[in-house]
Amino acid sequence: MILSLGLVRGVIGMIIGAILGMAVTMLIRIGMGLAAWGMEPVSVVGALVGSIGFLLGVGVLTDWIKWMQGKPTPMRHGPPEGKPAWTRYFGTDYNHKVIGIQYTVTGIALLFVAGTLALTFRLELVQPELQYIDTNTFNTFVGAHGIVMIGAILMGVGGLMNYLVPLMIGASDMAFPRLNAFGYWVAVPGALLIVTGIFVGGWDTGWTGYPPLSARAPLGVQMFFLGVYLIGLSSIVGSVNLLTTVTRMRTPGMSLFRMPIFVWAAVATSIIQLTATQLIGLSFLMVLIQRLLGMGFFDPNLTEHAIELNSPPGNVILFQHLFWFYSHPAVYVFILPGLGIISELLPVFCRKPLFGYKWIALSSITIALVGFLVWAHHMFAAGMEDYLRVPFMFATLLVAVPTGVKFFSWTGTLWRGKITLETPMLFVLGSISVFLIGGLTGPPNGTVSTDLFLHDTYWIVGHFHATMFGGFFFPFIAAVYYWFPKVTGRMYDERLGKIHFWISVPGFWVQSLTQAYIGLHGMRRRIADYDPALGIQTGHVLITIAGFAIGISMIIFVYNLVVSARRGEVAVANPWGSRSPEFQIPSPIPEHSYAQPFVVVGEPYDYALPGSTYVNMNPAGLAAGGGGGGGGGGGK
Amino acid sequence: MSVATPYVEPAHHEHHELPYSEQLRNNRLGLWLFFTSEAFMFIGLLSSRFYLWGNTRPDLDQTLGLIVTSVLLVSSFFMNRAETAIAHDDRPEFLRSLLITAALGIAFLVGVVGFEWQGHIGPSDGAYGAVLFGMTGMHALHVVSGVIFILIVWNNGRKGSFSAERHWGVEACAIWWHYVDLVWVFFYPALYLMGHVVHG
Ligand code: HEM
Ligand SMILES: [Cu+2]
Repeated sequence: MILSLGLVRGVIGMIIGAILGMAVTMLIRIGMGLAAWGMEPVSVVGALVGSIGFLLGVGVLTDWIKWMQGKPTPMRHGPPEGKPAWTRYFGTDYNHKVIGIQYTVTGIALLFVAGTLALTFRLELVQPELQYIDTNTFNTFVGAHGIVMIGAILMGVGGLMNYLVPLMIGASDMAFPRLNAFGYWVAVPGALLIVTGIFVGGWDTGWTGYPPLSARAPLGVQMFFLGVYLIGLSSIVGSVNLLTTVTRMRTPGMSLFRMPIFVWAAVATSIIQLTATQLIGLSFLMVLIQRLLGMGFFDPNLTEHAIELNSPPGNVILFQHLFWFYSHPAVYVFILPGLGIISELLPVFCRKPLFGYKWIALSSITIALVGFLVWAHHMFAAGMEDYLRVPFMFATLLVAVPTGVKFFSWTGTLWRGKITLETPMLFVLGSISVFLIGGLTGPPNGTVSTDLFLHDTYWIVGHFHATMFGGFFFPFIAAVYYWFPKVTGRMYDERLGKIHFWISVPGFWVQSLTQAYIGLHGMRRRIADYDPALGIQTGHVLITIAGFAIGISMIIFVYNLVVSARRGEVAVANPWGSRSPEFQIPSPIPEHSYAQPFVVVGEPYDYALPGSTYVNMNPAGLAAGGGGGGGGGGGK
Repeated sequence: MSVATPYVEPAHHEHHELPYSEQLRNNRLGLWLFFTSEAFMFIGLLSSRFYLWGNTRPDLDQTLGLIVTSVLLVSSFFMNRAETAIAHDDRPEFLRSLLITAALGIAFLVGVVGFEWQGHIGPSDGAYGAVLFGMTGMHALHVVSGVIFILIVWNNGRKGSFSAERHWGVEACAIWWHYVDLVWVFFYPALYLMGHVVHG
């Protein structure tokens, strides 16, 4: 029975694969006349083969293997036959809504893993000197917190995009349902490998994995590299799918400038994921094989033979260029969908058209493209080529312009709106306030002269937590509350939602502002200890308390979701009076979403404009007997 | 105020399978998007070559370089013949050309792995070794994947899975092969031709 769950088969497959991979490597090593046990090569091959074992076990490769053998592969629809319906969430399923939920739930689970790591090292920082964990554990937890959070965010982004985009553009599903399932499932062994890395020595490099430190770090760093590689693969195939879907499968009448704004954000995000992700994969792969095969991409030392060949040495700065070429644009992968959610929800809760729709749509694309030209602002203090500093400073400050466009539009939308403050709207407003902190702490980092002082301090920590909480985390929460009725057919508990808001958002203000403050007072990032004479201990205590408060609020959040999904008030089709097509069909959304394609006949956000219509759900003119089910009937 | 015309559940659900022609166009776009993605990885490798080697290069066997490059270019010609053949329902020609392509691909691999890699430069010889083995290794991996793809397509073709109208598998395999070939067109000069050899 338990074996009927894909996830369980996957984990078993992973273990068998790992053992096989390790055994084969040892045999090959014996064949080559080496000692059978070489910690690194044996573990790395084991991890790789294990991941393939996982995918085989889950069954995402089955159809492709059949195709290779020339067998027919009919599409499966609906819950698996002869099993309870819930099991589909734990195995290979091709429905984009199921996959969206798989991503989202995995994302939330990873948030808890990463959050627990953070609270652990936050406890350590309450007092100067070391109390609970040693320095290697501290460093590993900091790095693992960072990268698991990034994994969580990528899963959350994948969840939003997979669930919402086909619904919003009226596509029957994603363009490549099997690839979609693969994209989700390949990330799972990735996450498992990263967590494994914590237990096999950890890694003391932070989430950035810079050599030369990562070239010498414990074995854990290899698991971390491989894990990131798999999650990167997930991002890439996900973006191929999304871009194809949006390009080719929009419903009639849905011209580019009539797409919901979130779809624009998803496209911009996917452009970055499609291209830049390759570079973090490459940079990590290069360190990985430098460790395995001694290929000195980033090694400044030369062998005698290399000197005879007149070879130039390796260079660590190259790593940082490759790494940040992804990892700066990646921050926009995190925030663009979130900012899209803000723009999507504001008009609904203000009952007003979105201010400057076209500008917002294009600003997402502009941010994504200009974001490719700023990566070296992370390297101002790294000993990078001097002449790169000023151009990258200008380019960095340039990104503030399209970001400013978004703020302008949000203010314009809020202005004299008929605002109601349900939980999703509260989180949207909270997001804007938090993202403002992130946005204002950014330009000083982008300016070379100030960054030389701010670099690697807690100021930076405050900056990027504010950007990510404001740009991804809180909007993501808003989205979960907002679409919860469409997913489950029930309402969440409004009171618990508000409690969640009033703990987490103010808690976060305290956390990020204090981080920035102690940064200015000399607290270095990623350091387990500090000098009490800096006068920052109170700050550390505050941050830790705020961190625990946010953690508790997240438990309330999950409790709310779980209980409401089973016992919540039954939801109507369109509780928010939204114009979006997914709110014109029943809650929960049926297996095949739209029984017939709808037609777009107007502008998406013309709230409160008399007589305006966005979608015609019934273009064939079928007997309109059941009328009135559209946006008219709603909670508002 | 109505925000949308009412939704009416139609009497029957038709199933949402895309027609072949639609799916084919999706597939093409998807494959090209994947190429775009891969291009960034290859560009990353090329950039590393210029970053680390600058205006120099190691002393590589020029004849060997020329031979493997020609072999790969010629293989693309046979791949094209295979695709044209299946489009004209000429199965024997299709299968034969596929096998020739695969054989040439293997010859290329033998040239790179069996000869170039056994030369006087090893993987741990500074930036020369790292970049040379990194670039040729990554490219060779793609050639291997291409050869495997060709053999799968050949096997399915033998069983009659493809027709003149429906042969997306062949098309994908062919574009993939040309793409891997094209990458080498950039890698070859970067490794063998550009920059000068520094003599000690
Ligand atoms: C107004 C816009 C922004 C500007 C001008 C800006 C500028 C910068 C600069 C220059 C740094 C490097 C500081 C240093 O290490 O010395 C930095 C770090 C960082 N920023 Fe931003 N940023 C902006 C917005 C964002 C956004 C929207 C995000 C995304 C979620 C973000 C995420 C990060 C992260 C994660 C780091 C730290 C990376 C690390 O070293 O671990 N930033 N920012
Ligand atoms: Cu950046």
